Amino acid sequence: MIKFKLNGRDVSLDVPEDTPLLWALRDDLGLTGTKFGCGVGQCGACTVHVGGRATRSCVTPISAIEGADVTTIEGLDPEGRHPLQEAWQEIQVPQCGYCQSGQIMQAASLLRDYPDPTDEDIDGVMGGSLCRCMTYIRIRKAIKEAAAAMKSAKTEGDHSNG
Amino acid sequence: MIKRILTGVAGVGIVAGMGFLWYAWWPAIPKIAPVQPGQFSAEKIERGRIVAAESYCVECHTRQDNGGGPMLAGDYKMETPFGDIFSSNITPDPETGIGNWSEAALRRALQYGVSRDGSHLLPAFVYDHFTKMSDEDISDLYAWIMTRPAVHMTRRPNGFPLSISPRITLASWKLMFFTPGRYKPDPNHNAEWNRGAYLAEGAAHCGACHTPRNLAGAEKLPGQEYDGGVVDGWIAPPLNQNNPTPVVWTEDELYQYLRNGVAPLHGPAGGPMSPVAHDFLATVPESDVHAIAYYFADKAHAAERVSGDKAALEHAMADSKKDLVGFSTDPDARLYQGACGACHYNAAPAPVLGRPELALNNALWLKEPTNLYLVMLRGLTAKEGQSGVAMPSFYNALNDKDMARIAAYLRRTRTTLPPWTDLEKKAADARKLVEPPVNSSH
Repeated sequence: MIKFKLNGRDVSLDVPEDTPLLWALRDDLGLTGTKFGCGVGQCGACTVHVGGRATRSCVTPISAIEGADVTTIEGLDPEGRHPLQEAWQEIQVPQCGYCQSGQIMQAASLLRDYPDPTDEDIDGVMGGSLCRCMTYIRIRKAIKEAAAAMKSAKTEGDHSNG
Repeated sequence: MIKRILTGVAGVGIVAGMGFLWYAWWPAIPKIAPVQPGQFSAEKIERGRIVAAESYCVECHTRQDNGGGPMLAGDYKMETPFGDIFSSNITPDPETGIGNWSEAALRRALQYGVSRDGSHLLPAFVYDHFTKMSDEDISDLYAWIMTRPAVHMTRRPNGFPLSISPRITLASWKLMFFTPGRYKPDPNHNAEWNRGAYLAEGAAHCGACHTPRNLAGAEKLPGQEYDGGVVDGWIAPPLNQNNPTPVVWTEDELYQYLRNGVAPLHGPAGGPMSPVAHDFLATVPESDVHAIAYYFADKAHAAERVSGDKAALEHAMADSKKDLVGFSTDPDARLYQGACGACHYNAAPAPVLGRPELALNNALWLKEPTNLYLVMLRGLTAKEGQSGVAMPSFYNALNDKDMARIAAYLRRTRTTLPPWTDLEKKAADARKLVEPPVNSSH
């Protein structure tokens, strides 16, 4: 029995220890927002957060996340209104949309590490998240817009607190 | 004349032989009635818990294979060049554990490597270190052990062929390689250094993994102290100035590594080192962990070498971006970018915690790619290394050739060292060391 936290809820699962986290999420827990892309950690479509860090769920055995906090695209924001999600909609980033949950989860982790990311930071961190529709230019734009929105929200928050 | 010489030689031989037998022979220490746990104060038991944690008793006296075993009940499988051996039950069970051992018997076992019944213990029980422990610490340890749950359990037999009498063989080993004696404080160093040295050289037995061993399995002392060794297939890196990482292990880096299982610059603890931090040193007084860190920072002359760190860090931060930023046609770089870059990219001025910087990591700078390969194959669970964070297992995602390409690429672009050799074969060898569970997507 593997126990962990999923989007803030306690979860216990009775699956073989070598089950990939992705399979558990989609097949056993019914969270299908996370996608199966390549299955070998080379495309980023299956990216979720483990302990707040972007993690390829297709190559992470479930035994490795015992006791950890897992967040999927369904749990990134309770109302689906994370600044990245808003920017994604506003800029109309996706074309086919298959990679977008992985892109957004990877980008959310990027903004936590680099709140004001340079083009280099975006290339460096997002380089492992592939988009077959080549929407990279819009992805970059949405990340910068979300970063700006988060920054101004923080500034407003600081002011109202002050 | 010749006859007189021969008689003399024979005489010396007989005296030496008798002396050796006297050396090899130890009496049994009488069994005692079961100890009443109430006889120990709570404070003494707590002190004993700390001594036990700083000695990692539970680690090697609790079975890990076959689904694990009860705490301290032994049967932990230890693979040695001489065969597999299994540790003893040290719970207070009188029949299969050490419930009928007096404190004196435990003290003699730790300080002299002799069991209660007078037989010599295998040096896998590292009495070459435990001999430095004080009587007081052992007394506290005894109180803790004797108040743990008794478990009736026998271990599997050792696959350790001792051709001659074990008593003679082990006594000979001790005569050559074992010097009993308590830790003697070094007056040239302060109290913190001496505390660190007492723990590191004694209870914590750091050299057991981090000092290379000779053909007889003894640490190569003096001469190669903390030059690095091998344990469970992993390279235990050098703890002295021969440690190859470009930024030094300062006291602060060591402290965070030992206490939290991750150092900001050097990255997370993997393999057998991870439990040392998480299961043991995270549970003892901070001052003791600081002392161990202080001691090793001094052993490695960190203070004299630290001046190069600023330039080394800048260099590593520049290396971290290589091929991840801008366009690259290097197929090895693309493999690295796909599998590793998203988590291992870093930008100046310093690595983000949770983005282990490979250009600063031991794994790239050691003589062999072993640790790099083992981490790629196994990943790190959320309990290992940095708590709560996991690294995926690339066991099924990368074949030996892919692993070899990534290893060669990283060595070539993130270090200044000569290339590793036979990388594909070594990847296959490392793969053999890894046991499931690993992910089974394919």
